[in-house]
Amino acid sequence: MTVADLSVSASGLSAPPAQAAGADLRLVALTKRFGEFTAVDDLHLTIPAGSFFALLGPSGCGKTTTLRMVAGLEEPTLGQILLGEADISATKPYRRPVNTVFQNYALFPHLDIAENVAFGLRRRGVKDVSAKVNDALELVQLGGYAKRKPAQLSGGQQQRVALARALVNQPSVLLLDEPLGALDLKLRRQMQIELKRIQTEVGLTFVHVTHDQEEAMTMADTIAVMNAGHIEQMGDPTTLYERPATTFAANFLGQSNLLAARISGGRGAQLTSVVVQGRRLALPTERISSAGEDLWLGVRPEKLLVLPAGEDLAGRNSLEGTVTDASFMGVSTHYLVRMPWGQELTVVQQNDGSAPLRTGDHVVVAWDPVHSFGLDATQDAHAGEDIGDTGGAGS
Amino acid sequence: MSALAHVPSRSSGSATSSGRVGRRRATPYLLLLPGMAWLVVFFAVPMAFLASQSLQQGNIETGYVLTWDWQNYVSAFGNYWPQFSRSLYYAGVATVLTFLIGYPLAYAIAFKSGRWKNVLLVMVIAPFFTSFLIRTLAWQTILTTNGWVVRFLRDVGLMHLFQLAHLVNNNVVLGSQLAVITGLTYNFIPFMVLPLYASLERIDIRLLEAAGDLYAKPWTGFRKVTLPLSMPGVVAGTLLTFIPAAGDYINSTLLGNPDTTMIGQVIDAQFLRVLDYPTAAALSFTLMVTIVVMVMVYVRRAGTEELV
Ligand SMILES: Nc1ncnc2c1ncn2[C@@H]1O[C@H](COP(=O)(O)OP(=O)(O)OP(=O)(O)O)[C@@H](O)[C@H]1O
Ligand SMILES: [Mg+2]
Repeated sequence: MTVADLSVSASGLSAPPAQAAGADLRLVALTKRFGEFTAVDDLHLTIPAGSFFALLGPSGCGKTTTLRMVAGLEEPTLGQILLGEADISATKPYRRPVNTVFQNYALFPHLDIAENVAFGLRRRGVKDVSAKVNDALELVQLGGYAKRKPAQLSGGQQQRVALARALVNQPSVLLLDEPLGALDLKLRRQMQIELKRIQTEVGLTFVHVTHDQEEAMTMADTIAVMNAGHIEQMGDPTTLYERPATTFAANFLGQSNLLAARISGGRGAQLTSVVVQGRRLALPTERISSAGEDLWLGVRPEKLLVLPAGEDLAGRNSLEGTVTDASFMGVSTHYLVRMPWGQELTVVQQNDGSAPLRTGDHVVVAWDPVHSFGLDATQDAHAGEDIGDTGGAGS
Repeated sequence: MSALAHVPSRSSGSATSSGRVGRRRATPYLLLLPGMAWLVVFFAVPMAFLASQSLQQGNIETGYVLTWDWQNYVSAFGNYWPQFSRSLYYAGVATVLTFLIGYPLAYAIAFKSGRWKNVLLVMVIAPFFTSFLIRTLAWQTILTTNGWVVRFLRDVGLMHLFQLAHLVNNNVVLGSQLAVITGLTYNFIPFMVLPLYASLERIDIRLLEAAGDLYAKPWTGFRKVTLPLSMPGVVAGTLLTFIPAAGDYINSTLLGNPDTTMIGQVIDAQFLRVLDYPTAAALSFTLMVTIVVMVMVYVRRAGTEELV
């Protein structure tokens, strides 16, 4: 199916959403406790109408719980949910103009695919049910499956039915709980593009939960990185990647090298000088998100250059070390470079044809100071490591 | 790939593998054997015996001979059709009542009972710890003329209604249709509740959340999701209630009067007191065939979701 076909069928769906169109979704001090355990902790979020918002975080951080509260399936312990000016915190789920694509699909096993998709339309007494259902099924490329039962579909097909079943209702807010989790890579990429296109075309607000950072970065206008019930950082993908504000965000979204540093000689107008293990380095003052003198100096692996010892490094930050590991990936080579104090830095170097370095080579690791960022030294340097699903956007 | 495809040597493998396939095909039949033997000895043979008995003539002193005479059926049905239809009617009413009482009960146990679930289930089963006969006899005490149940029915005016509907005679519950139907309903409630509970308990409550998310109010969610998904339990429960209730002879004996006689009582009397075996056999057969036909029609309709 070509994109042109799809946009025709998608336009069938693009009638203006029924109600509360153009309303921002706001979560105010939203909190959910299960007994003693706080699953969602004092969440403040504004999701502009018509935006594609991704909630990204490791397993168990409270993503599903947050969506369930927005959908009305879980009662908040504290806080409010506002759609535009209306407080919907106490509104019954069946009265909220919100639909969910459930993490476990939750298709009705006794109804065929067409009736599953038609369920919400029939409850609201919408006209032209079968035409809308067909459009929605075409949109998720399941046109020929209308008469099957959910048990006769593969996991990925069921997931797409769940998507169609929610989309067809044109809700003000569509909540997607890892809607592409069961798809293979190719179909997943295809559906990502499709989802993004539907969202832009139909103009619905999408709240997309995922723990796939690449998915979040390619699709979302805004990403909120969530950890243990709270938002670590929120912003557009570029800002989030280039200027992580916490060690968790720095490690969870891509990879980061974090060096223990101490400011020496105060903060400069442009650059601030720091000392790392007796070596003087610099970073942009406005990229320091820490008030104290101690901080983590962070830099992304692909911003680093490895050069044979003795190159001209004018104006750059540089550290000397020894290559302990080199893995050739085709497009790039990943190096581990051990610093004299034992820490290993990860370096990703583009395959630009230069001679590869070998284990044991003595090298200089250099980078432009503007690519550094400074984080609060009281945070755990390893927070958020090894829980991202896809190796890191730098890889 | 093509090189790999040639590696297994087909010729040496085929003999043993076909033997294995043969054995594998036989396995299901071997597993069926004990069950089949049981069915033949304890069901098919007695059935054939009963069928032949129903077509015999004679009496207990001179012995019976097989005459292939259908007269037994004609006269048995002609003489006892009131008891026959009454049995189906009582069983039907009792089934509807057990369903109306049992469904909310099973629903509450499955979804609303929390940590009391097991206690409640035991309480549903607890009556089985005493015999059917004793439990039914107990209802004689419960429904006794000056007992509080009857007094309550009189005080709230229900007795008057029952009297108008000819369910009770002279404002006395014991020895009336009402008492028989009450006894049947009571005795078969567990057979309704347990299969209903089993099918309700299996329903994923997230489906109901999905229904709510898709604009279904709780009652609509129940009608469109819970009820259809519990249909296997409804079918099993109604069959387990209706079939034994239609053949029951204890409730009507202990709680009814001569005008509430059910077909089970007639068969009981023909076999054990009148010793008219052919008539008893013909009645048994007729009852069985009637029930089988009704069940088939019912299950068909339930299967096509017409009952939803
Ligand atoms: N009903 C509940 N009772 C108690 N604890 C719960 C309940 N539901 C969720 N939790 C806990 O709340 C936390 C957040 O759960 P949630 O389902 O929101 O995680 P998630 O971010 O969606 O994770 P995943 O990516 O694995 O789906 C988890 O630690 C979970 O154990
Ligand atoms: Mg989840």
